[in-house]
Amino acid sequence: MAAHEAAVHHHAPPQGFLWKYIFSKDHKVIGIQYWLLALVAVFTGMFLSLLMRIHLYWPNAHIPGMDGDFTPEKYLALMTMHGTIMVFMVLTTAPQAGFGNYFLPLQIGAEDMAFPTLNMMSFWTTFISFVCLIVAFFVEGGAPISGWTAYSPLSTLGSIAGPGEGLGQTMWVISIAFFCAASLMGAINFITTLIDLRARGLTMMRLPLTCWAWFITAILSLLAFGVLLAAGILMLLDRLGGTSFFIPGGLVVSGVQQTGHSGGSPLLWQHLFWFFGHPEVYIAIIPGMGMASHALSTFARKPVFGYRAMVYAMSAIGILGFMVWGHHMFLSGMSPYSGFAFSLMTMAIGVPSAIKTFNWLGTLWGGQIRFTAAMLYAIGFVTLFVSGGLSGLFLAQPSVDLYLHNTYFVPAHFHLVMGVAAIFGMFTGTYFWFPKVTGRKLNETLGKLHFWLTLPGTYAIFMPMHFLGLAGAVRRYADSTAVQFLPALQPVQFFISIAAFITIAAQFLFLFNVIWSLKYGEKAEGNVWEATTLEWTTASPPPFDNFAGHEPSVYRGPYEYGVPGYRDDYLPQHLEPGQLVPEKA
Amino acid sequence: MAARSAQRGSAAVAATLAIFLVLFVGITLYYFLWKVWWYPPPINDFGREIDAQFTRTFIITGIVFVASQLGLAWAVWRYRANGGRATYFEGNNTMEAVWTTATIVLFVGLGIFGRTAWAQLHFDAIPADAMKIEVTGKQFNWFFRYPGTDGKFGRTDPKLVDEANPVGLDPKDPASTDDVVTATLGVPTGREIELIERSLDVTHGFFVRELRLKQDALPGLLIHVHFHADVPGDYEIACTQLCGSGHHRMRATLKVMPPAEFEKWLANEKANQ
Amino acid sequence: MPGAPVIDDLEITPSDRGTRGPSSAEPPYGPGGGGGGRGGDGEGAPRSRPARSQRVYYTGIWLALAAILMFFMALVSAYLVRKGTGNDWRAVALPRVLWLNTAVLLLSSIALEASHRAWVRGQASAFRAWWATATALGLFFLVGQYVAWRQLAAAGVYLASNPSSSFFYLLTAAHGLHLAGGLAALLYVLSRDWIRLQAASGVAAEVASIYWHFMDGLWVFLLLVLTLGR
Repeated sequence: MAAHEAAVHHHAPPQGFLWKYIFSKDHKVIGIQYWLLALVAVFTGMFLSLLMRIHLYWPNAHIPGMDGDFTPEKYLALMTMHGTIMVFMVLTTAPQAGFGNYFLPLQIGAEDMAFPTLNMMSFWTTFISFVCLIVAFFVEGGAPISGWTAYSPLSTLGSIAGPGEGLGQTMWVISIAFFCAASLMGAINFITTLIDLRARGLTMMRLPLTCWAWFITAILSLLAFGVLLAAGILMLLDRLGGTSFFIPGGLVVSGVQQTGHSGGSPLLWQHLFWFFGHPEVYIAIIPGMGMASHALSTFARKPVFGYRAMVYAMSAIGILGFMVWGHHMFLSGMSPYSGFAFSLMTMAIGVPSAIKTFNWLGTLWGGQIRFTAAMLYAIGFVTLFVSGGLSGLFLAQPSVDLYLHNTYFVPAHFHLVMGVAAIFGMFTGTYFWFPKVTGRKLNETLGKLHFWLTLPGTYAIFMPMHFLGLAGAVRRYADSTAVQFLPALQPVQFFISIAAFITIAAQFLFLFNVIWSLKYGEKAEGNVWEATTLEWTTASPPPFDNFAGHEPSVYRGPYEYGVPGYRDDYLPQHLEPGQLVPEKA
Repeated sequence: MAARSAQRGSAAVAATLAIFLVLFVGITLYYFLWKVWWYPPPINDFGREIDAQFTRTFIITGIVFVASQLGLAWAVWRYRANGGRATYFEGNNTMEAVWTTATIVLFVGLGIFGRTAWAQLHFDAIPADAMKIEVTGKQFNWFFRYPGTDGKFGRTDPKLVDEANPVGLDPKDPASTDDVVTATLGVPTGREIELIERSLDVTHGFFVRELRLKQDALPGLLIHVHFHADVPGDYEIACTQLCGSGHHRMRATLKVMPPAEFEKWLANEKANQ
Repeated sequence: MPGAPVIDDLEITPSDRGTRGPSSAEPPYGPGGGGGGRGGDGEGAPRSRPARSQRVYYTGIWLALAAILMFFMALVSAYLVRKGTGNDWRAVALPRVLWLNTAVLLLSSIALEASHRAWVRGQASAFRAWWATATALGLFFLVGQYVAWRQLAAAGVYLASNPSSSFFYLLTAAHGLHLAGGLAALLYVLSRDWIRLQAASGVAAEVASIYWHFMDGLWVFLLLVLTLGR
């Protein structure tokens, strides 16, 4: 008798455009919706950074369509929204909610996520969050200028603190609050799905590393976003309710006494924000790590080197990630003793990161590397993670951070890891899974061209920023020549801006590839990459219930590539031992 | 045929990738080792200690950087597909143990090494005979207040802040009469200076490159740091904590002078108040 | 079980009596899983484990509680920090009705427990009665909290009067909103035709109870913080 327990849903597929494509509860549709939202967001965010890069070298250039001069507040508003949109709407959606929603159920052999209705609600709440954020551009005063970090009192005093600090900042907080709710809903879904809905035979240690990554990331989200939500509510109350959580007394802003608030602590905001903010950056990168591991193994045709170590390392990064938030606050006035403790924890978190890097190299070692576009991006992930991760070692030490904090060295570091490596993880996922989602491959030539422009391009943008930082160039300056030692660095700013223009232009190749391949891409049904995991056992795209009523069983680990003694250089997870074809004697 | 051209294609890609990584490492090393854009020389011992920790960090991260990137370059070239089977191994616990231990020792050791400089700045008590100067940040200026001959800072009150009285000095407090408020931070050489940082409105950041000193100024708090400067000259003070639309122009000058010149400067500032 | 009119449709597993919560993986309500008219094996024979389709709700609710706990812990840490900074903290005289409200909430949890026992014994109408009692008590609690707010306002203590009052209003409002969600869940269970779809209602009742008890405990904790932190 079929001892399989009842699946999540046995109802018929939805009818009607609205239920099939808009308010769909199908994890596959929702995954695509998140991915598309992130695509819109990333091009928006890139456009904002394009304007920023123009302004930094050509400050007098008039931007067509821009109302009036390119004032400092406009620059800071662009910067704030660039950071917010990229961190939240791109890096926290696509890698987890985009790819994870589509592929977690498939890779574990499930029909759908545990809570399909909740899943649908989480996407639309994210969408509302995005709308609120964009609305901030168009309200009176414009978008906020306090950075994605929104430090108080700049972010809590209202428009007297600066333009955009009125309704714009309020819309920002509301957007973030919606985003927190959406993320928590998503986290509950991911964790429950992974714990309860795995196919028979799929033990935790047989999970693909992508699934482990989504699992760990969901746990981080579950524990971190509640804190951000609390902080956001406190900020909203300070702004609108007359409270003083984050606003001290005795302030004089632009000559005006601020008598409405007293006793609050700006440091309290920083602690609450960064307690969320640090796990957030691991939420952004861990799915990319899983994706890189997965692709490197698949295209090197050998197992991931040190699978267990990879699981432990990702888990360690997740756990330690909650204990290091103070490294954003070494110079904030926080206790220097706490600072030193946070520093040691932060240096420690470099250890599992290093382990993962060595294991990626070990995965390639002795391999039969197939240089598909997906593989190129996975290899790109590794080199970028090394470059970006190592600069973290400087910032992790308070004695060195004394000089580098709030200089360009910081954006150099986080852009390489978040802004490039994590994005490369998304490119890997897209090139890898496009055939599964659409039944066609993305054009490999265009994909490789995209890679060869993007990897050198992003290095050309962000490596020089280290040198700007070492020379003392301060970040978040609307004028890159404002201080005496800055004009000498303008050639570097010029180089970065040009590199940015070229690299941003190259991304349109990717966009074109996606659109073109939807119609004209090489048909690619079946197991195009000769991969082992469960998503490749079903049709491309998969049917409504993923496995056409035949829930797979799993008999082995996910990375049995290159196993000696068999005809094929890969052993799919779902084949019974008797179904494997031995090598001819 | 197809297999061979695929292999050749694979060789081309592998070679390009490997060469790119080698070039990337080379160019990066060049700019770091030749210090094309670099930090200015420090003007005190503390700065030299910070720089020593910088150097230790450069060496360790540099070695890891070069080894990893070149290892990656080698792997993508050497192990490009050639029609054969990959060597099947799932890991190596000994290697894992070795590089984990090495990394822990290197990274945590590096962190512990850096304790000295940080301790000097923040753990050790500020010398009691340090010259105290109050630093007030506001959107978008810095003001510096000297306690004067009585060595005492006069009382300030935010309600008294205005254009003419930017730090809100209370004229009724006798200790205020000899306070000197300036827009330039003048200090004598050979003397420990204690800065007491505060802000009138939002968070700001006080930064002087040559001192290797940075400290945020928070409203509602008084934050103490200390330094001494050995080399006379003018040095830029920049605001490093985003404070609004004028963040980039919130600058001032640190004037380091021999003691006699400093006294003259201070007297001159007092006279011009 | 003889006597109770609708018990024929209720498939109880007496062996589950006394067990509780997802950690035992055995909901005491109904057969769970494939039975109850849903797909799969569908015979409704008592099972020793809930089917996956039911298990997920238990996992989900505990995860939701973990997230909610982090949210409240952030607020409580903010409370402790804010109390220590600035010297403008003035204790709020907690309205006495809060103690009555607390008793009402504790009673509602007891009523939920009684309804659980009735379910396990197959006493359908007793289950319903106790469940309704718990729901009514929950509503009384929320009304009582509102009364506490009115009393404070009458004494001139508002949200922005003082950091201590800010936290009072915020913590009670946040808890109250979460409890209102729980109340909606209690009403949902009450209003369903729980006889026909008893498997689903069983899980819903169990999961709603877990949530409710947590909110009860959370309230006691918050009250402790507000009282001791005065």
